[in-house]
This record gives sequence, structure tokens and C-alpha cells, in this order.
Amino acid sequence: MSATDPILRLESVSKHFGGLRVIEDLTLAVRRGVRTALIGPNGAGKTTVFNLITGVFPVDAGRILLDGIDITDTPSRLRIGHGIARSFQNIRLMPHLSTLENVMVGQHCRNRGMRGVLQPVNLVPRNRWREAARAALADAALIQYERSTVGNLPYGVQKRIELVRALMAQPRVLLLDEPAAGLNPAETEALQAQLETSCAGGGVTVLVVEHDMHFVGALCEDVIVLDFGRKIAEGSPEDIRHNPLVQETYLGAPAAEPMERQNARGA
Amino acid sequence: MSGYLEGVLVLLAVNVVFAYGGFLPLAAGQLNLGLAGFAAIGAYASAYLSNVFKLAPLLAIPLAGIVAGAVALVVAVPVLRTRGIYLALATFALGQIVQAIILNLEVVGGAAGYPVAAFIRLPTIAATAAIVVVLVWLLFATRFGIAVTAVHDDEGAADLMGIDVRGFQIAAFALGSAIAGVGGGLYAHHFSFIEAQYFNISLSITIVLYVLLGGTQTVIGPLLGAAVFTLLPELLRASANLRYVAFAAAVIVIMALRPEGLVTAGQLRRLLGFTRAEHAAAGLPTERTG
Repeated sequence: MSATDPILRLESVSKHFGGLRVIEDLTLAVRRGVRTALIGPNGAGKTTVFNLITGVFPVDAGRILLDGIDITDTPSRLRIGHGIARSFQNIRLMPHLSTLENVMVGQHCRNRGMRGVLQPVNLVPRNRWREAARAALADAALIQYERSTVGNLPYGVQKRIELVRALMAQPRVLLLDEPAAGLNPAETEALQAQLETSCAGGGVTVLVVEHDMHFVGALCEDVIVLDFGRKIAEGSPEDIRHNPLVQETYLGAPAAEPMERQNARGA
Repeated sequence: MSGYLEGVLVLLAVNVVFAYGGFLPLAAGQLNLGLAGFAAIGAYASAYLSNVFKLAPLLAIPLAGIVAGAVALVVAVPVLRTRGIYLALATFALGQIVQAIILNLEVVGGAAGYPVAAFIRLPTIAATAAIVVVLVWLLFATRFGIAVTAVHDDEGAADLMGIDVRGFQIAAFALGSAIAGVGGGLYAHHFSFIEAQYFNISLSITIVLYVLLGGTQTVIGPLLGAAVFTLLPELLRASANLRYVAFAAAVIVIMALRPEGLVTAGQLRRLLGFTRAEHAAAGLPTERTG
């Protein structure tokens, strides 16, 4: 893996919750325009990495760099303005808003200040922002749900709406937390098609946490493997599939170095 | 128009204004039990401005709203640090403090109450109430409405979408308090006499009830809630002593049957969106399966 031009870098990042070391001296780089997967067994710290990148939790040590700019101490609210948008493992759409309004929430970071906040999005029929949100829904084949209250929509549809919402921020880095979890094969296919259209042209770099290895293999060019908060491997999906350490992590160790894993757990 | 009818309609208009004062913070997910305090600040400010500085009520009332809003802005910083039940208690205490200060403020009559010279009638009050409703409706048709609802629904996700959660909470709290202040000013100039005892916790709770029963998700909810719960006790007058029993029973029944309020956002969208949705669907590419 060539380390040229990373858009997102984590340098020696650590995060502890009390005595629990969730992320331990983690260094990783996501290359610009390369769809990258972050995989690992349950509890490996994948979602925590997302939460550190988006500023939900502060890091205990280390630095986070976006396109060379240190965002380690940037408040979570301002990170989307730097170009980091995400989806959530458990859908976090706003249940009382319509689909269209949820998508317009994604535009908020591009509408700062009094003038932005007082944009009459639900008043003027041909409002520019409203039309942009409708166009994005139409591109994602979701326009028929624009007026529906999102809480009542099928799970797979909600997942795709969340993706459209994140893309409305026009992010440079898009973090997707288990986008395919809980979807049926047809929904997974629709999601994958949507991701490929959205991210074509290399404007958006995608970092995805996912368990579905078929999805990862089909979508991603780079894979980073975490276990107990440490990076244990990285490479192409093909490399990772044949990596003995990864196989051991997922399928269980025959005998090799069980003590080391024990230590990592206990530490 | 009979004096009785005018009295009921004035009360209705003032209650509608109060209801929007309660609606703004509730729309952002905050329970303000100090609304009566801000209504009192508005009432006394407006009365003082017109009594002492001879300002016309139409000037004194908006200024009173600004005074109430400014006080809210100052106290919002410490008070809105609390959340949930503690926020309710903190705002409740705030209302009590305002009441206690007014009771001891001799310049506005203290416990003896404060007469208000300038008088306004139903048309002025109804027009002001209509302006408040329209302004809140306009405000909620902007991105502000979406952001406030987002804060109400999921503070964490709203923050990550770049929404200044605390900023919107403070704005909703201060704007709501300003509106409650305007309501207080209207009340003062119509009833010509105000006393601190009127602006008690029971007024705050009644205002919150209007909003909760009408529905916090739509701008029409507080209007409906205030209308139903001002007029219902009047309609029940025939049952004489039992009317408050009947009223309380009606409140419980509505809460049981419509826990999210009489009007909900989804319901309103269904009602309004039907024709437009069909319209939109006609010009669309066929749905992809998925």
C-alpha cells in the first residue's frame, strides 16, 4: 500500500474508558479517493475510531490530521465543516422530520450564520436548498418518500436516507458505520449502487466499518484490520483474506501466541 | 359584542400568545416552567413603560417582550446547563424568584399590585396574537424550524451535523420568553391591574399543558391546544361546579388517546401532502427496486 497523499491520518491515537484500553497507539492513513474498509471482530474499537475522528470523544493521546490539518482539538460540531460526515451504526435520523427535512439537516453545515439559518426552505416552493435536497433524493431513487415521516419507513430505506443526508454536507471524507448491517441482499445491492454513484469521480473518500465481507470486497480497495484497538493488518481485500493473522483473529487461534492476545485483552 | 364574549376572546388571544411562548422551548426539547415569570416581567415592564414614560401600549408591549427576552438570554446561560427534570426545576425556581422580586419591588406596587393606565381592547390583542402566530409560523418554515426539531430529536446527531445545539436551545428559550413577555403585556393593558400572585406556577403549568395537549411537533398545535383549553371550560360552564372536574377528565382522556398531542407532524404531512405527493410522483423516473 503506497502511503502517498493520505487525506485522513491518525497518529498514535489512544483512547481509554476507565481502565479499558479501547484504542491503543493506533496509527492509520486513509488515502485520498480510495474506498477503505475498517474491519475487525466485535469490540475491536471500530466505532470508537469513528467517534474519535468525528469528535464524539476526545482522544487521550495522539493526533488526528485531515488533509494535513490537525483537527484533534476541533469541537465535534465544527468537524463536519472541515469535511467529515458520517452515518451511524444504529440509524440516527430525526424521527419527527420528514425525509426531505432530514436530508436538509445535512445541508446545515453549509448554512452558517443568521442568513443561513433563516433560509426559508419550507416556505418558498422553489428554494434552492430544498430543490438540491429533492434532486439528491431523486438520484438515490428515494424521492417517493420525501414527505414521509422517517420513523415509519423500512430500515433499508432509512439507511439510504442517512447516506443521502451525510452526502448533503459535501464531505471530503465519508464515514459509514455498518451501512449494510440489517439489510436484505436487494437492499445491500441498492446501497452499493448508491455509494458507487455518489462516490464516483473520487471527490469523496469513503471509510467504512462493515462486517459483510462480500460488501467490503465489492466496494473497497483498501482494508485496515483492527483487533483490541490495535491495527493488525492492512492491504487489499485479497491480501487480507489470505493474511494468517486475520484468519486467526476471525476464526480463532489454533495455538499461536494465545498469551499475547490474553494480555491485550487484560491490559 | 357582549362583555362576556369579549372577555373570553381576550383570554383566548392572550393564552394563544402564552402558548407560543411555551412552544418554542418545547420544540427544542426543553420544558420551561418559568414562563409565568417571563410573562410577569413583560406585564410589569409594559405597565411601567406606559405608566411612567407614557409610551403607547403598542410600543410598550413589544419593548416589554424584548426586556423579557433579554432577561431570558442572561439567565439561559446558567439555567440551560441543566437538563430534563433538573431544567424543569431550575426554570420553576426562576419563575418563583421573579415573583418574589416583584412582590418586594415597591416601585411597581409590591404585594398590593400595580394599576395600568393605558387600556387596549380585543381587536388590538387579537391582531397581536395573530402576528405572533404568523411570525412563529414563518420562523419554523426556515432552516431554524428544522434545526430546532433536530435538536429536540437527537442532540448528539444534530451536533455532528454541525448544528449548534446549545445556541438553538438558548435562542428558543429566549424567543419563547420574549413571546411570553408580550402575552404578559397584553394581559396587563387589558385587565388594567396586575399583581405578582397571578403569575404563579399554575399559570406556567397551564401554558405548558396547552402546548403538550395541542402537540409540540407542529406550529398549529399550540394554537389548537390554547383554543380547546380556553374554550372548553367555558362550554362546560353549564355543569357549574363540576366543570373543572370535567375539564381535568378531558385533559387525561386526550393525553391517553393522543400522547403526542392533538396534531402531529406526520398527520399534518399526510393531510397536506396528499395531492402534492401525487403531483411529484408523476414526473419521476420509475422506482429502482431495493
